[in-house]
Amino acid sequence: MSVELTCIVCPRGCHLVVHDDLTVEGNFCPRGAAYGKQEILDPRRTVTSTVPSDSKEFKVCPVKTKDAVPKAKMEDVMKAINAVHVHVPVHVGDVLIHDVAGTGVDVVATRDLLL
Amino acid sequence: MKHVDLVIVGGGSAGMAAAVSAYDAGVKDILLLERSPYLGGILNQCIHNGFGLHEFKEELTGPEFLTRFVHQVEERHIPYETKASVLSIKKSKIVTYVSPKGSFEVQAKAIIVATGCYERSAGAISMPGERPAGVITAGQAQLYLNQYGYLVGKRVFILGSGDIGLIMARRMTLEGAKVLGVAELMPYSNGLNRNIQQCLKDFDIPLYLSHTVTNVIGKGKLEAIEISEVDEKKNPIPGTEKRFEVDTLMLSIGLIPNCALLDKAGAKIGPARGAEVDDSLMTTIPGIFTCGNVLHVHDLVDYVVEEGKVAGKNAASYILGTLEEGPKVATKAGDGIGYVVPGSVALGAEGDVSLKFRCRAPRKNVYLFVKQGEKVIKKLYKLAMIPSEMEIIKIPRKALENNQEPLEVSLVAKEDADHVR
Repeated sequence: MSVELTCIVCPRGCHLVVHDDLTVEGNFCPRGAAYGKQEILDPRRTVTSTVPSDSKEFKVCPVKTKDAVPKAKMEDVMKAINAVHVHVPVHVGDVLIHDVAGTGVDVVATRDLLL
Repeated sequence: MKHVDLVIVGGGSAGMAAAVSAYDAGVKDILLLERSPYLGGILNQCIHNGFGLHEFKEELTGPEFLTRFVHQVEERHIPYETKASVLSIKKSKIVTYVSPKGSFEVQAKAIIVATGCYERSAGAISMPGERPAGVITAGQAQLYLNQYGYLVGKRVFILGSGDIGLIMARRMTLEGAKVLGVAELMPYSNGLNRNIQQCLKDFDIPLYLSHTVTNVIGKGKLEAIEISEVDEKKNPIPGTEKRFEVDTLMLSIGLIPNCALLDKAGAKIGPARGAEVDDSLMTTIPGIFTCGNVLHVHDLVDYVVEEGKVAGKNAASYILGTLEEGPKVATKAGDGIGYVVPGSVALGAEGDVSLKFRCRAPRKNVYLFVKQGEKVIKKLYKLAMIPSEMEIIKIPRKALENNQEPLEVSLVAKEDADHVR
């Protein structure tokens, strides 16, 4: 049985059909084919959020998972993110949580907080 | 009065890109004015990812994207002032602004207006019912949550399926709020397909198409809302009411170019609700340019940046006296097309002509025509088009004729086009 998906790799949002043998139709680019296969085998999402900071300029620091994490782990990832505070200085890419919720993926800062 | 070659109003993605590009084109005497405390504009609150695939060939969050541009501005030592609010622009290119340092008048040789857009609010759609606290635009809720750390509510309903509303549906769900649904007046979504998937379907949030809010209930604080299905004429159908107990009604019902400064300066406003421009992005006032969401609302920041670069380069050419001032051909939105930017194209300028436009309603199986008079310049088959996706089409400038005929973009159903041929 084939499954119909909306590709989320880019804003184009291709309508994908993934067949039993994991071949993908309807993708405009190769990344869509990879996404279609991944979405069936192991759906993953990048999680973005904020954490409180002691910066004078910004009350919160935006963060993201450096790579996509298993979709089913999103809630656990949010719990871990919500337990963190950051202290200045912070730079884009600084690791704030190693191996978040056992996913093997780090949570990193996505802006510089210098003051 | 202070004299500066180029004043740029707005330090968001369009303004920063314009500043960098003008600087690189040889104009170093620049003043970039930003009303908020930091550069970056709306990207500061867009903490989600998906930006930069065109510009940087990688997927970035809003703050990461803006940080790269801030670095580009700072590497060049381009002077900028934050907390600087521009009060007026005059045709004579005098900019008046206030900041914590005082109030100032600056005489510029050229000005670029990159002031972005604002959100349509409850008043704009004559929202029925009472006026309790708890009705908020999606972008405002996004600012509160992503820059100040306040979650505006715990039980949320969203009116309008614009992308900001969809992104906030996911964001508030992840932060522990319950999003009960999204109502969209049109029979189709106004957001990107991928946001319907990753922001609504991923979290089992229902999307009610052809529905609108028909009552807002609450004394002082919002208690509930009622939605109803609408008929083809968008009138609510009695008997279809559904009630939701919520503390927040979030509105994601459209964005409007924030072009009051240009309007007051006397620039002509075009059909996209931003200023009318030629393809150098100069308004009807010589030396005043505009770009980004204040010109027309974009879907992707990458395209905003591209437009900012065009405005910056051309403003620099204007200052240096090298901007092409030859004859122009007007553009025209034909059948099925909502608007075309730019409003005119210079025949003698360099490079291909970029036409940006949106269709009026979703279409399938159509030919997109670019014609000047009877001459077909481009014919393109489109499987599907939706108004929420801006189209960009490039045509060779030498294909244009120097006559009075406008350059028209139109849609023709495939069967009809085949029939004509």
